Amino acid sequence: MNFESLLALIVSSTLVYSAPLILTSLGGVYSENSGIVNIGLEGIMTVGAFTSIIFNLTFAHAFGSATPWIGALVGAIFGSIFSLLHAFATINLRADHIISGTVLNLLAPPLGVFLIKAIYEKGQTPNITANFGYTNIPGLANIPVIGKIFFTNTSAPAWWAIIITIFLWWVLYKTRLGLRLRSTGENPQAADTLGINVYKMRYIGVLTSGFMAGLGGAVFAQSISGNFSISTIVGQGFMALAAVIFGKWNPIGAMLSSLFFGFAQSLSIIGNQLPGIAKIPTVYMQIAPYVITIVVLVLFLGKSVAPAADGVNYIKSK
Amino acid sequence: MEQKTIIEMNHIVKDFNGFKANNDINLKLAKGEILALLGENGAGKSTLMSILSGLLEPTSGEIKVNGKPVKIANPTVAKELGIGMVHQHFMLAHSFTVLENIILGHETTKGPMLDIKKAREKVLALSQRYHLTINPDEKVANITVAQQQRVEILKVLYRGANILIFDEPTAVLTPQEITEFMHILKGLAHEGKSIILITHKLDEIKQVADEVTIIRAGKDVGTYQVREISDQRMAELMVGHAVQMKLTKKAEHLGSNVLQVKDLQVKESRGNLAVKGLSFSIRAGEILGIAGIDGNGQDELVEAITGLRHVDQGSVIIKGQDMTNKPTRRITEQGVASIPADRQKYGLILQMSVADNLVLQSYYHQPFSHHGIINFAAIKKHAQAAIKKFDIRTPNSNLVAGELSGGNQQKVIIARELERNSDLIIAFQPTRGLDVGAIEYIHKQLLKERAAGKAILLVSYELSEIMQLSDRILVLHNGQKSGVVKPHETNETELGLLMTGVKKEGTKLDQSLS
Repeated sequence: MNFESLLALIVSSTLVYSAPLILTSLGGVYSENSGIVNIGLEGIMTVGAFTSIIFNLTFAHAFGSATPWIGALVGAIFGSIFSLLHAFATINLRADHIISGTVLNLLAPPLGVFLIKAIYEKGQTPNITANFGYTNIPGLANIPVIGKIFFTNTSAPAWWAIIITIFLWWVLYKTRLGLRLRSTGENPQAADTLGINVYKMRYIGVLTSGFMAGLGGAVFAQSISGNFSISTIVGQGFMALAAVIFGKWNPIGAMLSSLFFGFAQSLSIIGNQLPGIAKIPTVYMQIAPYVITIVVLVLFLGKSVAPAADGVNYIKSK
Repeated sequence: MEQKTIIEMNHIVKDFNGFKANNDINLKLAKGEILALLGENGAGKSTLMSILSGLLEPTSGEIKVNGKPVKIANPTVAKELGIGMVHQHFMLAHSFTVLENIILGHETTKGPMLDIKKAREKVLALSQRYHLTINPDEKVANITVAQQQRVEILKVLYRGANILIFDEPTAVLTPQEITEFMHILKGLAHEGKSIILITHKLDEIKQVADEVTIIRAGKDVGTYQVREISDQRMAELMVGHAVQMKLTKKAEHLGSNVLQVKDLQVKESRGNLAVKGLSFSIRAGEILGIAGIDGNGQDELVEAITGLRHVDQGSVIIKGQDMTNKPTRRITEQGVASIPADRQKYGLILQMSVADNLVLQSYYHQPFSHHGIINFAAIKKHAQAAIKKFDIRTPNSNLVAGELSGGNQQKVIIARELERNSDLIIAFQPTRGLDVGAIEYIHKQLLKERAAGKAILLVSYELSEIMQLSDRILVLHNGQKSGVVKPHETNETELGLLMTGVKKEGTKLDQSLS
């Protein structure tokens, strides 16, 4: 394998593994900037993965190659519906955010498996036939060298995720909605006295996180696992959460951290094809992403500063 | 000079389930006027202002704005009528810029995007017109409290307010900043804004206000021309009885050193040094006042002496014994009484009864406890005696401490701490948020202890308190001593300069007094 195709392999597998993390971490960024800690990202991803796979299996014959894209949207919609639980519990009932998020994480996998058992009469779904696969990006793929490394045989969802990142960054920092959303995560009392509806902003934050995490789960299921079982989403939601912190609660930062985590995950898959790394026992490569997540959290959790009122319930006094 | 009346509140009554927080209050505000609203805590000032800003609805009474009767059903209506409130606790997002804080909720936009350029022009125009100097692009976290207050004022002006309500605006400012703030207030009034100033500082009313409306226990005690009423009279009307404005302080009788602090270094929670090599001592029968702006190492100093925070270097010697980094109970038993700054968080257990709170430091001793079994009868008896002795206003000793008023909560703490007959008394903001009557009581108690030969460390952000009570004043700036002065040899201007770190020329005085 020459250097160019080696690089192309690393880039494309990094992108494949990063896409779900980028999308999910963007959701985390929105939720936490509005003041709601969402550790339920993992559970929401599970719901996104589960619903998209069911949709994919049921409608693949009708929609053909568009199936995974519509499936992703279905996952996102169910993700937002599922996140309503978290929004209602934390915003209206003022529950502890960690406990409510944990409920989502505990609820989603067994619910998925139970329904799979009811529908398919076994513990996991069959494999989907219509997945995201690999795409050549028209136009860009023809650029010499760069085209081959970045835009040939690459992950379309990942490039969409990068475009969405820029869009969500723009919304958060350049628009009125973004300013108001961030104000409720910084000082909800102040926002309230200025006539901003804190509850509405926080609902927007949490529902965006539900949409994005559902999307992330659906992309993971339809591009990497190819089916749904109890072990489809195992820690990706927490990795996305780590990316939120590592990325300093900023969409661009979260995307870059997700790319890094995606790279770590992809190493365990393509490691045996890489000179030097191939000699390391695969078990180490497989635990690497998790170890890196923990190390990053330990090193950066104390240092990076969350929005001031992140995780603080707001009680409207009246 | 009779001017156009802009706000009229007539016969306002606010009834909370039979308790009349406002009982027939009248208030009149003219264009360009500064009206002071004076009253003790709980007199009904906040209730009245909440009614004016649309947070509460009056039970009866009438409000007229520009001569027309109005119903202020919610804060939005108040805003539309041009009524704006500058809160005592600033409502700012610290990671936002000054500009973002000002425009929040009232943004100028270009399509979906924020129009920052236009907003900046608008805000800068306001800032120039009212002489409120700010840097619009600085983060609020990086500006001083006085600047934050200017941001709050700009926020209200930006929303087009003509009537500005200030709730205890000078509580957090240094003397220099207060002088500047008074100029700002006058400037605003000069530009035709009407101002209501909620305060219980009489000298400020004297400085800026045209008229003063005094309320006591929910009732209107009258409105007076400020230049025709004396401080003494205002205080009496507010409290309802004669007030001793000047404390009589006996000459000091100094005894031996009770507390010695040597080269003390203490870190704050994030690991930076907050107290940087501080040395001082207090002798029996002496009050040492620690003056300084909030956050210059006061918390860490007090916590280090009382054993709540680790001392990194240096030593704390109490009555000749080294108490550095000893457990808090050991320090307490060495004869230390402590009145903490936050009475609700550190002074009391709010959910527990007055009687239980009174024995928090001694419950494990005879007669309150015998072989680990609590003697409730003894605790109750002790409580009843203390309630009488310290004039704690509570229906009975079983009431939970959280239901007492601030002044009475403080009395519970004072009773508990002074009853133990300690030789060193640490009083940290002992009169914070209390009204004139309660302040007078606490000051007298402290002077009584001084006369009884106790050493007192008084840490306060109120310069008048420090000036009145202290025998010596140590000014703290950035964790270091910026000067030690005697109260009769200094004035608020000099203290203010020392508080901002401008050292006295020649540190001779420092050396001889420390």
